[in-house]
Amino acid sequence: MAAASGGFGPVDQQYLFEARQMQALSLAVHIPLVCFGIAFPPMVLFAEWRYLRTGDVVYRLLARRWSKVMLALFAVGVVTGTILSFEFGMLWPGFMASFGNVFGLGFTLEGFSFFIEAIFIGIYVYGWDRLTPWRHFASGIPVVLAGVTGALFVIAVNGWMNHPSGFRLEDGRAVDVHPWSALFGNVYFWHEFVHMYLAGYVVAGFLLAGSYAWGFLRGRWGRYERAALTIVLSAAAIAAPLQAVIGDWVAREVAVGQPVKLAALEGLGQSTAGAPEHLLGWYDGQRVVGGIEVPRMLSLLAFHDPNATVTGLSSVPVTDQPPVNVVRFAFQSMVGIGTLLALLGALYLYVRLRRGRLPRSRWFYRGLVAAGPLSVVALIAGWITTEVGRQPWVVYGVMRTSGAVTGAAGIPVGYGTLIVVYAALAILVGWLLRRLRRVPLEGDSRVLEGRGRVG
Amino acid sequence: MLAELPVFFILVGLVAYTALAGADFGAGFWTLVAGHGRAGRTAAREHARHAMGPVWEANHVWLIFILVVCWTAYPVAFASITSTLAAPLLLAVIGIILRGAAYALRGQLEAARDRRATERLFALSSLLTPFALGTVVGSIATGRVPPGNAQGDPVTSWLNPTSIVLGVLAVATSAYLAAVYLAADAHRAGERALQLDFRARALRAGVCTGVLALISLSVVQVDAGAFGSRLTAGGGLAMVVVSAAGGLGTLVLVWLGRFEPARVSAALAVAAIIVGWAVAQQPWILPGLTIREAAAERSTLLAVTVVVAIGAIVLVPSLLLLFALHLSGRFDGGAVVRELASTPTGQDTAGGKPTRLTVAATVACLGLGAVLLVFTESVAAHVIAIACLSGGALATFFHVSTLPVAGD
Repeated sequence: MAAASGGFGPVDQQYLFEARQMQALSLAVHIPLVCFGIAFPPMVLFAEWRYLRTGDVVYRLLARRWSKVMLALFAVGVVTGTILSFEFGMLWPGFMASFGNVFGLGFTLEGFSFFIEAIFIGIYVYGWDRLTPWRHFASGIPVVLAGVTGALFVIAVNGWMNHPSGFRLEDGRAVDVHPWSALFGNVYFWHEFVHMYLAGYVVAGFLLAGSYAWGFLRGRWGRYERAALTIVLSAAAIAAPLQAVIGDWVAREVAVGQPVKLAALEGLGQSTAGAPEHLLGWYDGQRVVGGIEVPRMLSLLAFHDPNATVTGLSSVPVTDQPPVNVVRFAFQSMVGIGTLLALLGALYLYVRLRRGRLPRSRWFYRGLVAAGPLSVVALIAGWITTEVGRQPWVVYGVMRTSGAVTGAAGIPVGYGTLIVVYAALAILVGWLLRRLRRVPLEGDSRVLEGRGRVG
Repeated sequence: MLAELPVFFILVGLVAYTALAGADFGAGFWTLVAGHGRAGRTAAREHARHAMGPVWEANHVWLIFILVVCWTAYPVAFASITSTLAAPLLLAVIGIILRGAAYALRGQLEAARDRRATERLFALSSLLTPFALGTVVGSIATGRVPPGNAQGDPVTSWLNPTSIVLGVLAVATSAYLAAVYLAADAHRAGERALQLDFRARALRAGVCTGVLALISLSVVQVDAGAFGSRLTAGGGLAMVVVSAAGGLGTLVLVWLGRFEPARVSAALAVAAIIVGWAVAQQPWILPGLTIREAAAERSTLLAVTVVVAIGAIVLVPSLLLLFALHLSGRFDGGAVVRELASTPTGQDTAGGKPTRLTVAATVACLGLGAVLLVFTESVAAHVIAIACLSGGALATFFHVSTLPVAGD
């Protein structure tokens, strides 16, 4: 089925697993940076807008300092994104050779988004003091828009991989290709896009909030820090509960479009009418053992009918089933952490709206410090859910991952090298993020005279 | 015609990437080897680092552009190249990672204690990427990448005379371009000593690059006869001559201290040699695979062309704006615009108490959105749902984040 002409038939690659790990590692490094690409520019612009509206220099300082971190994170994201582009070809030549003509357009479009983002992020960050205030603000708007479109185009490709259309297979090659309808006539990607776009605000918001919460616990709690925390935490706190609603929508789309993936998420062995939902537990190849069973819940959630029949894993041969426990554990982690984040967000919104102030409890701030890294875990777990849940297919139902992999030797060498380089990069980025909590840049110190004062 | 058009896009991308990002890598080269000169080693390094400035990211995106156009329009060729040449591409990637990290962290580098070691590591990365990408060009040009999944030799496909000499040439070219641009930047900034230093470096690098180019030509003649002879005849030869003229012209312009035109002629020399490569290789993209055969279907080619055309309408003015600001020195030096004229009042004009109606509308929006999303199936209802949720979320955000942030 997957045999492509031009020497791109399936090969005997003993390191398929390592190839998948290498790709997964590169994605796991890139995706948190994407969150900053999505959510940081609007937050920076919001801070600048506040300055323009109120003349309050604290917001100007905030926008300036954030914009520098934003540029640095964007630069790292450019690099990790480049690595992904190379890896698509280095690791999955069968996939690229057979289907590059179908989905490639999404990346071409994304390339232009990326260009616009890179150009205007440069103008914005280097344009402080050099462009008039409102022009400077305007130069940031394309960065925000490109953040939306960039995510949209890339997710369109992922949506296509999960729900392929817009071509016919002939000798394993895509013919009769309609790239526009394949990518954008595909209703399957909208829920993925909304889910990921919102995740950008959850992750960037909680990571940044966690950094200021850490400062709060250490006694750094001036006007500057309070203003900063309010912006980033407000974004995250609104996005997190909303994500629960969106997540429900996503799950129902998966139930219809990829029933086997849903069965893997839930560990449902046999097709069942009135299927129960299990919390925790372990899938033993037939059913979930050791979990807490909620009767009929899965049918109710997936189809809004407690008696609906939910397709089980056994509807397809074992060779067409994803690794259930990996997918299920990832899914439950994402939902569990997501619920905690939504509660934390709701608590913040309650205090802020009812009491008109920020929370005072140190436990709230300890929770925020934990929420940052946890949100990244939920993000990665979510991507594991959808990507490992897609296995063994790279193009769902059309091409197996094993039919896409490179025939080259030396995958473990490349994987090992990348681990070393990424470990070094991780340390460097950690170093970078620490800047956020340091004293603001010199020359802006007069602003800090307002430190600690009631704003 | 449509089948060859994306080659043209890729060539534009290659020229831009070499002339712009190539010089960024070359700037890294100078942080490694710059001697003391008139201005001193530290000044030279800082000048080189500064030059990456606001354009590094945009320059780098050209590489992404080349890759995505290639895999969309010529998927089999792309997959063949990347699978056979995985090793040099991995080296290029490592160089890009380190170079990007050096860029992202350059502020911190200035303050770091063990800065020299880190800086050397980063500068070495500047050699790695141009070299590795140069070997890739050599492999493709000499037909060492057969079509198919990793069908070429994993070692000799990129470690062969042509690849190695082109790798070295790529490093030299980056250094040459960088020295010319850095001299021009110093000239613009009125840094006399730096300008003279980089002028001298540009002249030396220019001579070295010229000699290397001649060596490359003769190596290619021996190593890859067919390609070599097409490079030294007809259109290929014309481009080689243009490139040589551009390189020599740049030397003269640099000698005369005419740095801005030297930028253009240096870029021209690079563009000519890349076009020459394409001319000498066509109609083949890989051995036994012509550009026409490798091209995707008409629908895909048409879509790529439309996207690039529309994209260019947005991209070209944006790039012109960026480089106009950058090259006019607008991004250098101190503030040229005063801060907002209004005095800080501390008064929050945005965070007033919302009316009952606003609150009700926001809550209704969020509620309606959630209900529509959860309990309906139609696409239209979902579109309305997402619009409602977005509106409600934005309204809530503006309210929550503009409430006064009074402390305790």
